[in-house]
Amino acid sequence: MSRLLRICLVLCALVLCACGSPWNNPYPASRGGENVLYTSFSERPKHLDPVQSYVENEYALIANIYTPPLQYHYLKRPYEPIPLAAVEVPRPAYFDALGQPLPEDAAGEQVAYSVYEVRIRPGLRYQPHPAFARDGAGALRYTNLSEADLEGIRSPADFPHSGTREVEAADFVYQIKRLAHPRLHSPIAGLMNEYIAGLAEYGKQIADMARTVPPERWLDLNRHEISGVQVVDRHTYRIRIRGKYPQFVYWLAMPFFSPVPVEVDRFYAQPGMAARNLTLDWFPVGSGPYMLTVNNPNRQMVLARNPNWPGEPYPDAGEPQDAAAGLLRDAGKPMPFVDRVVFSLEKEQIPYWNKFLQGYYDASGISSDNFDQVIQVSGTGDAQLSEAMREQGISLQTSVAVSTMYIGFNMLGPVVGGDSERARKLRRAISIAVDQEDFISIFMNGRGIAMQGPIPPGIFGNREGEAGINTHVYDWVDGAPRRRSIEEAKRLLAEAGYAGGIDRETGKPLIIYFDSTLTGVGAKARADWLVKQFQRIDLQLVMRTSDFNRFQEKLRKGAAQLFYLGWNADYPDPENFFFLLYGPQGKARFNGENAANYASAEYDSLFERMREMDNGPERQAVIDRMLEILHRDAPWAGGFHPKDFALAHQWVSNRKPNKLANNTLKYQRVDPALRERLRREWNQPVLWPLGLGLLVLAAAIAPAVRTWRRRERAAAVASVEGR
Amino acid sequence: MLAYIVRRILYAVPILVGVNLITFALFFFVNTPDDIARMQLGQRRVTPEAIEKWKAERGYDRPMLFNPEARGVQKLTDTLFFRKSVSLFWFDFGRAEDGRSISHEIRLRMGPSLAIALPMFLVGLGCYVTFALGLAFFRGTSLDFTGVVLCVAAMSISGLFYIIGGQYLVSKLWNLVPISGYGDGVQAWRFVILPALIGVVGGIGASTRLYRTIFLEEMSKDYVRTARAKGLSERRVLFGHVLRNGMIPILTGVVVAIPALFIGSLVLESFFGIPGLGSYTIDAINAQDFAIVRAMVFLGAVLYIVGLLLTDISYTLADPRIRME
Repeated sequence: MSRLLRICLVLCALVLCACGSPWNNPYPASRGGENVLYTSFSERPKHLDPVQSYVENEYALIANIYTPPLQYHYLKRPYEPIPLAAVEVPRPAYFDALGQPLPEDAAGEQVAYSVYEVRIRPGLRYQPHPAFARDGAGALRYTNLSEADLEGIRSPADFPHSGTREVEAADFVYQIKRLAHPRLHSPIAGLMNEYIAGLAEYGKQIADMARTVPPERWLDLNRHEISGVQVVDRHTYRIRIRGKYPQFVYWLAMPFFSPVPVEVDRFYAQPGMAARNLTLDWFPVGSGPYMLTVNNPNRQMVLARNPNWPGEPYPDAGEPQDAAAGLLRDAGKPMPFVDRVVFSLEKEQIPYWNKFLQGYYDASGISSDNFDQVIQVSGTGDAQLSEAMREQGISLQTSVAVSTMYIGFNMLGPVVGGDSERARKLRRAISIAVDQEDFISIFMNGRGIAMQGPIPPGIFGNREGEAGINTHVYDWVDGAPRRRSIEEAKRLLAEAGYAGGIDRETGKPLIIYFDSTLTGVGAKARADWLVKQFQRIDLQLVMRTSDFNRFQEKLRKGAAQLFYLGWNADYPDPENFFFLLYGPQGKARFNGENAANYASAEYDSLFERMREMDNGPERQAVIDRMLEILHRDAPWAGGFHPKDFALAHQWVSNRKPNKLANNTLKYQRVDPALRERLRREWNQPVLWPLGLGLLVLAAAIAPAVRTWRRRERAAAVASVEGR
Repeated sequence: MLAYIVRRILYAVPILVGVNLITFALFFFVNTPDDIARMQLGQRRVTPEAIEKWKAERGYDRPMLFNPEARGVQKLTDTLFFRKSVSLFWFDFGRAEDGRSISHEIRLRMGPSLAIALPMFLVGLGCYVTFALGLAFFRGTSLDFTGVVLCVAAMSISGLFYIIGGQYLVSKLWNLVPISGYGDGVQAWRFVILPALIGVVGGIGASTRLYRTIFLEEMSKDYVRTARAKGLSERRVLFGHVLRNGMIPILTGVVVAIPALFIGSLVLESFFGIPGLGSYTIDAINAQDFAIVRAMVFLGAVLYIVGLLLTDISYTLADPRIRME
């Protein structure tokens, strides 16, 4: 009886628990009603230092911590840079070789130098950090720390004192110097050496200095200056760029150009810090709306409001439909809206998706596995949320990524490459045969747009409608592009000397090799699909699958024939896509990003002109000509621009996909009370399986116990009888 | 016994060198130092000069195993293998390729790994031995037959099925525990209970069948017949004689696994988001971080050797006839 009573008490306790936070809530119950945004990350960040970080998952954190001079407007399209730490978007001043000023519309060849003068918002302050802490005499408190001082210190928060100071122009200049730091390996150092006057020379001076300083000791970058970068006054600095480089303004919106105070760099360079993982690469120090308060990439990263953030008004203008979508309700209100942002590590898709459905993540993407559960395609071909999702109050937003995925030909290859008419026709035939629309439909659940050229929609230079189609692959029929017929592809193939897939010169079947890294679920289906596409024009395709390293090596050596590759935009300018086919960017010859190794004198010359032009009809005309050349030469066999589908719960507002801005957390708002109520409603524990499980266990044990007892008794009787 | 232990420890040194050498060869067969540099520096806009600088800074520009340009013993010591391996022998694991302390990470992650592995091990062992003893006791009956069929069925199902099925039923449909994640302190039990349970259930088929075979073999021996002839109850026979004598083969598999508990479970930790050493290893392999991979393989090898030594010692405790010589 007492045992039964105990079971009842335990069950009662469990039921009482059920009245509190849901049992499956992965967050502490005490945090229930807080103004927190819950999201996830799938891979631990490698770098949080803005001079090194160049990956999207790292930007998701540091873009909300650091304040580069510019940012992208959250709502307006096309993407538009606006001030963040700067007072205004700097306009370049142009100078000729004699130092004489040139007009704003000066041609690129006239411009010897462009000067960007950046004025910084006064009153912007860094997050609290021990590097700024000062003692009573006003000296920095933590400058000469010994091993004993660092005993028990594992994070900057473990220091008893912290401080702050105003962001100054010198901090931005210091960060530009860090681009040349020989031990930091900034990925854009090589590129910026070409543009920022004096940066390469400065890099050499610092490298020489570094040889005399033991590793892990502080390198005083201020012992030398960059000739092209100067502090004008406390809130102004100037950068001199070689030639005309209008895209430089976009770089000012990336964390590479955020302010880093020299005190912080010096603080982290003290002996014993790196051994405790106390580095700027691990504990960022910024002046943005958030600061990193929990840094456990094995489990959770937490951003909390920076108490020193002066605030920023929510945008009061956007696209015409934004007001109706409720995206302007908070216009003019100070941001950020949420107090904390919790990033939880979620490596696997299944638990991530289920947690979203349970309300433990506020927003989510859609994986292919869940697509049918979430989306239903209407009669008109529009993607709509399924009934179940709508009932749960989930909303869907779609956007075209500023990315291009493409199948490239190796233009150095003897069969598919080269500038001959024969090779060109072969490439065009393959471009028609590989049906990207079919690929998008089968493997992407329709989440993509077949490419007409390298520039994705939403970027200047991309033309909509008939004017924008690749006329060598598509016809314009009934108001839409239609892929040319297989018969035409076969005709082109025959003209190229491969009628019926047989090489006229050798009499042997033409075999094409496709290099890829396709592995895992669906890889076989994709490979089979590709083979089938080539079979449609009687060509044999051999898939050569290798790991990522070998694949990259083949590209670097120019040993691939056909390959899949992609590019995510750094900034919203056609230059950032056209450079993927610019001759001097050839991967095999110059280790650049032109994996197709395409080289056309006319295209290269137009590219050099186009990249120095401002957006306008003249630039569009140049772009149109470049696209004509690409369509004619077909260095890529088509591809697609992915479409992103994003889901959000009803308690999240102010969400609009922005594929270039990474500092979007400050705009988002949640309704914690509604979330808490719905979480409880959706996650009531179901207890009967526990009872059933106990019953099944008892039912399984009972006959065993009975048999045991019987056998014990039987043995005793038998032994008596045996005697 | 001390001499035996010292001898075993000395044997361990060449084994560990061999393990290191094999890890080194396998790793660099798949990943060249250039690949590692590219992985760390990123794939975009990285120049060959940056790669060379990165390699030189971390010693990846040295010859792999033999340096023909060096003099004397430096031909062997001024190599990538020696530089990267020798410090492991005094458990100085150094830094990961991203600059973070590996020892610190190991210390941090050992707790979560143990939080799953220890209950899984103890509860699992108890369940498997109990279940196996029961089946052995009811040998030849329908209970035994049903149990064996269930064991074979359990063995035939993929471990991933248990994980995904368990998450779906327990966390999604019944909302009883969080589907993944980890909590601090006492909160951890909510996150550990499901993976531990799944780990126990996933191993029940194979372990029970093995232990059942061991117990059946013991039960067919003369001393059991003698014990019964003496009039001992089945309970005394089973627990006092069969279980005790069956412990030696069980110890072989069990004690060796104890140190390895620290290493964690690769799959369970990944699926349940447990920040343990198993997921640390998987992440390192994916990130081509040789420093972590070699440290974890070395640690695993050391723990395995310790486990084998403990197994030998435990024999002497379980069976007084065995002496260490």
